[in-house]
Amino acid sequence: MPILAERPPLPSDDKRWRIVNGTMRKHGYSRNALIETLHTVQSSFGFLDEKAIRFVAQSLRVPLSQAYGVVTFYHFFSLKPPGRHTCTICLGTACYIRGSDKLVAETEKLLHVKAGQTTPDGEVSFTTARCVGACGRAPVVLLDGELSGQVETSELKAHLERWTTQ
Amino acid sequence: MNAEELEQIAESAKQESAQFDFQVNVCMGTGCLSQHSDKVKAALEKEAESSGKKCHVRRTGCMGLCAAGPMVLLSPSETRYGHVHEADAKDVIAALGQEPVTRLDPQLGTYFEGQKHVVLENSGHVDPEKIDEYIARSGYEALVKALTDMSPASVIEQISKSGLRGRGGGGYPTGLKWDTVAKVKGAQKYVICNGDEGDPGAFMDRSVLESDPQRVIEGMAIAAYAIGATKGYIYVRAEYPLAVQRLTVAIQQARRRGFLGNAICETTFSFDIDIRLGAGAFVCGEETALIASIEGKRGTPRPRPPYPAVSGLWGDPTLINNVETFANVAPIIRNGGEWFASMGTARSKGTKVFALTGKIRRTGLVEVPMGMTLRQIIFDIGGGVPDGRKFKAVQTGGPSGGCLPEEHLDLSISYDALISAGSMMGSGGMIVMDDTSCMVSVARFFMEFCMTESCGKCVPCRAGTVQMYELLSKICRGEATRRDLDHLTELCEVVGATSLCGLGQTAPNPVLSTLRYFKHEYLAHIDEKRCPAGVCAFSTHAAEVLA
Repeated sequence: MPILAERPPLPSDDKRWRIVNGTMRKHGYSRNALIETLHTVQSSFGFLDEKAIRFVAQSLRVPLSQAYGVVTFYHFFSLKPPGRHTCTICLGTACYIRGSDKLVAETEKLLHVKAGQTTPDGEVSFTTARCVGACGRAPVVLLDGELSGQVETSELKAHLERWTTQ
Repeated sequence: MNAEELEQIAESAKQESAQFDFQVNVCMGTGCLSQHSDKVKAALEKEAESSGKKCHVRRTGCMGLCAAGPMVLLSPSETRYGHVHEADAKDVIAALGQEPVTRLDPQLGTYFEGQKHVVLENSGHVDPEKIDEYIARSGYEALVKALTDMSPASVIEQISKSGLRGRGGGGYPTGLKWDTVAKVKGAQKYVICNGDEGDPGAFMDRSVLESDPQRVIEGMAIAAYAIGATKGYIYVRAEYPLAVQRLTVAIQQARRRGFLGNAICETTFSFDIDIRLGAGAFVCGEETALIASIEGKRGTPRPRPPYPAVSGLWGDPTLINNVETFANVAPIIRNGGEWFASMGTARSKGTKVFALTGKIRRTGLVEVPMGMTLRQIIFDIGGGVPDGRKFKAVQTGGPSGGCLPEEHLDLSISYDALISAGSMMGSGGMIVMDDTSCMVSVARFFMEFCMTESCGKCVPCRAGTVQMYELLSKICRGEATRRDLDHLTELCEVVGATSLCGLGQTAPNPVLSTLRYFKHEYLAHIDEKRCPAGVCAFSTHAAEVLA
């Protein structure tokens, strides 16, 4: 019989770790709960760092390589902390047909970052989404998670400028 | 719970709403919420209270016409208002029982004429977070009927008789699938609802889950009874937070009412559902990849057979159906398979929900009987192409589908007709393009999608999509030759024939269908270094290639 390692202690007394632990407990520390637990980490901390992945992998007795593999496989998980604000432009087909590529070009020009990056001052993270399912309102942009539809370039520019000049 | 108790709940819910003279339904789906329909609802409630009229302001799911959001539906007059804002609340309430407010006429035209709502029959009419409103509209009648009056075999017989085919895109006969899983011996079986709606440009499943989650739960419970499963999972995209939230509430309410849990309806049947969140991988729409994802692993597909029906989740027999397929189950059991089979075409029965988007006047969700023509959907219901532009193509089936040109507008919609035209039904995205869209760029857009979404397990898909993307980019830059086009065509064949799963097998479709109908655009890019739609910016290198 293999000797099972003890479950690791919480990485710090940050209360959010208890929420993470709660998710694992709810699933009986089953290996299957890996993705669910990573979701909880991401929603509590905003991203997944090495400490978090190690903690989850050890707690669920999943090889670290497998946990890291899952984190990097799914687009939803982020290894980098998000900026203070997030701007997500939808690149679904309907949004593309309605000119979301122009919105992307404008945002890249204004923020001097590419999609998937955060401005050096940590103010704005710029990402693209595959499709947020609000195609009836294309082109769609999520500003700090709030959905705006039929976005004009000028409108987006004004909004981003408000963030960057604050 | 038995039929009489169910009727009592329905009666008391009906009586509750009968206290009011008017019902004011406010759409609170994702589309309308983004236009602050929550504030509109609050304003309407405030007005309703001060007006002294007996009216009930209700939160509902999607009403279909996203282009005219926020939408409000009045009952019993069945008046629809569009673009309703907070400031309009006073007029809306004041006009109840009188002439409607003409300024808020959403100019629907013939949007709702010709539509036939089966899946969407409750959308816009019930509060998705109140199970009793669902019960008042014949909800859970089908489950009670199945559990008390029907054997599992006769449930499957009705589904087979209905001719229902999988609404996720493949079009596999649902009755046959259920029958296969039912016949496999296994102590533990699973039912999985595939709500990983990854097709860009499609939002039917999101809308159904947000507007009528109980419908999907009921369909899953009936399926579980028919095949002998005790546990179900709904796999939803994490990008749909509202759907997840409403589903969570709906599952809790269904448990409290005794439609989920142990000994449902005082029978020996037990069934419960858990939600699993997707994490943004298109390939997880493929059933074996989805199963891997539920098991907490990377979502990579595996070769079939064995099919999930024999060896699925944790190696046990598993039934996987799409959200819309499950949403069709309850009405079939309630009204009989023959009723469902009376709609549609010879081999595609019932109705289909489409997400009508792109360059079209009235964007939104439509549900039409199978067999309707593309022209009827795009021009009669959708109002045609705006801004005086010319219709060029309609894209169906997402990244696995194809683009159909004007000469195919009179094609009547069915699984087989779309495939023979070089596209496919897919999950129901329908994206209209006008003459400002370059078809080579559109093909490149889809190829980029498949390239980034390829899971990397099999070589043809992993390497082939990259090469096809590079070739398409070369054409768009005006640097390609006829030989490149030959290479592209050859690659399409190889990748389609040798990839492991549906993603790779269908990845060439957007290229093949645009090559079939819009070859002149490819040739204009290659021979003349010209983009007919004026989209592609040619590099300075392009002229040299021509010389």
